[in-house]
Amino acid sequence: MAEATAAQQRAPAEPGATRETTYLEAIREALWEEMKTDDSVFILGEDVGVYGGAFKITEGFLDEFGPDRVIDTPISEAAIVGASIGASHMGFKPVAEMQFMDFVAPAFDMIVNFAAKVRYRTGFGAQIVIRGPVGAGARAGPFHSQSPESYFANVPGLKMVAPATAYDAKGLLRASIRDPDPVLYFEHKFLYRRIKEQLPTDEEILVPIGKARVHREGEDLSIITWGAMVYTAARAADRLAEEEGVSAEVLDLRSLRPVDVEAVAETARKTGRVLVLHEAPRFGGLAGEITAVVCEEAFEWLDAPVRRVTAIDTPVPYSPPLEDYYLPQVEDVLTAARWLLAY
Amino acid sequence: MATKSETKGETRGDEGDVDLLGLDEDELRRMLRLMMLGRRFEEKAAEAYQTGKIGGFCHLYMGQEAVAAGCITPLRDDDYVITAYRDHVQAIVRGVDPKAVMAELYGRVDGCSGGMGGSMHMFDRSLNFMGGHAIVGSHVPIAAGVGYALRYREEDAVCLCLFGDSVVNGGPFHEAFNMTAKFELPVVFVCENNSYGMGTDIHRVAAIEELADRACAYENMASESVNGMDVLATRRAVQGAIHRAREEHLPSFIDAHCYRYMGHSMADPSAGTYRTREEVERHRQDDPILTYRKRLIDAGVISEEDYDAMDREVIDQVEKAAEFAEQSERPDFASIYEHVYAGDFRGIDRRDAWR
Ligand SMILES: Cc1ncc(C[n+]2csc(CCOP(=O)(O)OP(=O)(O)O)c2C)c(N)n1
Ligand SMILES: [Mg+2]
Repeated sequence: MAEATAAQQRAPAEPGATRETTYLEAIREALWEEMKTDDSVFILGEDVGVYGGAFKITEGFLDEFGPDRVIDTPISEAAIVGASIGASHMGFKPVAEMQFMDFVAPAFDMIVNFAAKVRYRTGFGAQIVIRGPVGAGARAGPFHSQSPESYFANVPGLKMVAPATAYDAKGLLRASIRDPDPVLYFEHKFLYRRIKEQLPTDEEILVPIGKARVHREGEDLSIITWGAMVYTAARAADRLAEEEGVSAEVLDLRSLRPVDVEAVAETARKTGRVLVLHEAPRFGGLAGEITAVVCEEAFEWLDAPVRRVTAIDTPVPYSPPLEDYYLPQVEDVLTAARWLLAY
Repeated sequence: MATKSETKGETRGDEGDVDLLGLDEDELRRMLRLMMLGRRFEEKAAEAYQTGKIGGFCHLYMGQEAVAAGCITPLRDDDYVITAYRDHVQAIVRGVDPKAVMAELYGRVDGCSGGMGGSMHMFDRSLNFMGGHAIVGSHVPIAAGVGYALRYREEDAVCLCLFGDSVVNGGPFHEAFNMTAKFELPVVFVCENNSYGMGTDIHRVAAIEELADRACAYENMASESVNGMDVLATRRAVQGAIHRAREEHLPSFIDAHCYRYMGHSMADPSAGTYRTREEVERHRQDDPILTYRKRLIDAGVISEEDYDAMDREVIDQVEKAAEFAEQSERPDFASIYEHVYAGDFRGIDRRDAWR
């Protein structure tokens, strides 16, 4: 299993205590532990308190931390983010939940014009995290399935992370909360309960922002991706190995801003064939940016043009067969990979 | 209808003096039938969801039928309706065929949005049903634009805009109220106030006791609270607001107190975390369909046998809707590229150059 591979990679050298942890629990644990150790961390969002969160991530938080640190807000995304910025100026580290990342749209002004630019104007930044579920595959229709990273990729001042494993979900959330700049933390709703790993309980899990992770090593072809697509890439890599004896490397970016340019260049130079895979639509998607990085950093090493496999340039349709068609599938990755290998 | 909130406090109160509004028996029966159809439809949708025929999110309307029926039945065909995401029954009351609503839930071509939208995105332009909207509160300003067009063309049609209680705390609500009031637009705003936004009690997050009082901030905006479990009381209030919009081009805000029996969505239990089972049971005793049924039987408009016959009819209708949805085709892949733009758009259907 791809999940097991990731967990094994992360297992401490000295086998210590571990616990099976889902991606969702990992997020929950990171929040819990940061709130435990740092009084200035608090959470706010719709239904995060009494209800325990739409996906039950913050269940039990209200009892543990009380209503001053677990704030049930009205449905007011602009005010949720704006108030987070204000509180951060006063020394707090707010973690704002968007019930679905699609609903970040009403808070766009607060993020793009305020959170992102306050440090540039004043020298002090907004230490806030805006987290929430992204991604398709849940039959949730056009307003509950988007991957909005590109809306924010062109805004200097913001950081963005998108974990694929439980380990990274935990480690990146901790790092995001501790980061002095605003971080958009994209959690993939399809992974919440599907990803389970043995996580060490005797070490502090912290994953630096801006560092990619080799999910699977390979020699012949690189698939650069993140989020739920890491598993699509891994399944494609398995099939390439079984069916054609090809060894594909899967690079999980984990951080989308900043992108780990060195890791991208390294894998491109190593294999000479690069495929960039993501769930957002193609035009203006981050695959274009990654492709540019590969061309700038590893052009001479390439044996084939860089290829993008992405969702198509439409909204996310509800109808299940169409949603599956919209999303890149293993077969799409294989087609692209074979084309690259044959080039 | 009172302006500002003179009627404050009149909620859920004794509406016993509301007569049958002078409506003829056909209309009274039609309202009952639509409520019953809405209820049976949602029961069928729940069943289809549980058996995996409907995917994603599915938000049901049981308990709130008097609001859709009370607000939408007094409209004319040339009026407009725009609503939030809990939208199956509003669509049906507006006249969308339950078959088309069910097919949308199944994600099939014969769905009223061609299977592209699903539960939260019912739409039928031909009925001036301007749709369900899944981003909470964001459709309220759209109603102002519809109202503006109606006023500009000097039509006497109106726009009915329905939304949930949680919407009154958001920016779009206030921006739209201000614009509608200042520009004197023929819009009737109705809050389907079921006390909860998902798992949050409205009074835990709204800095106001009576939501109707939100209108106080806006000149020209009349407001009223009404018992939304009582279809006739709701209709009476909405009729007043429609009249005001049609004749005087002025907006109104009606806060209709109602209750949803089911959880927020099919993924959410009816009671437990944020409300008690007893609370749900208490409201079920005040069931809008049973209350109205009794009213009509007492007034001699229908007999118990009529009611039972009507129930068999609507059950049959929703069964047929489900069969229809089941047999409707899944959209073909080419259709995914349709309607992204008005015409052809070069390159949109491109996934990979080599395919
Ligand atoms: C802008 C936005 N924020 C959050 C959500 C998530 N959400 C969907 S429904 C809902 C509660 C809505 O409550 P209400 O408006 O009272 O409608 P009801 O469910 O009671 O019909 C929430 C928070 C959303 N769809 N859009
Ligand atoms: Mg509500």
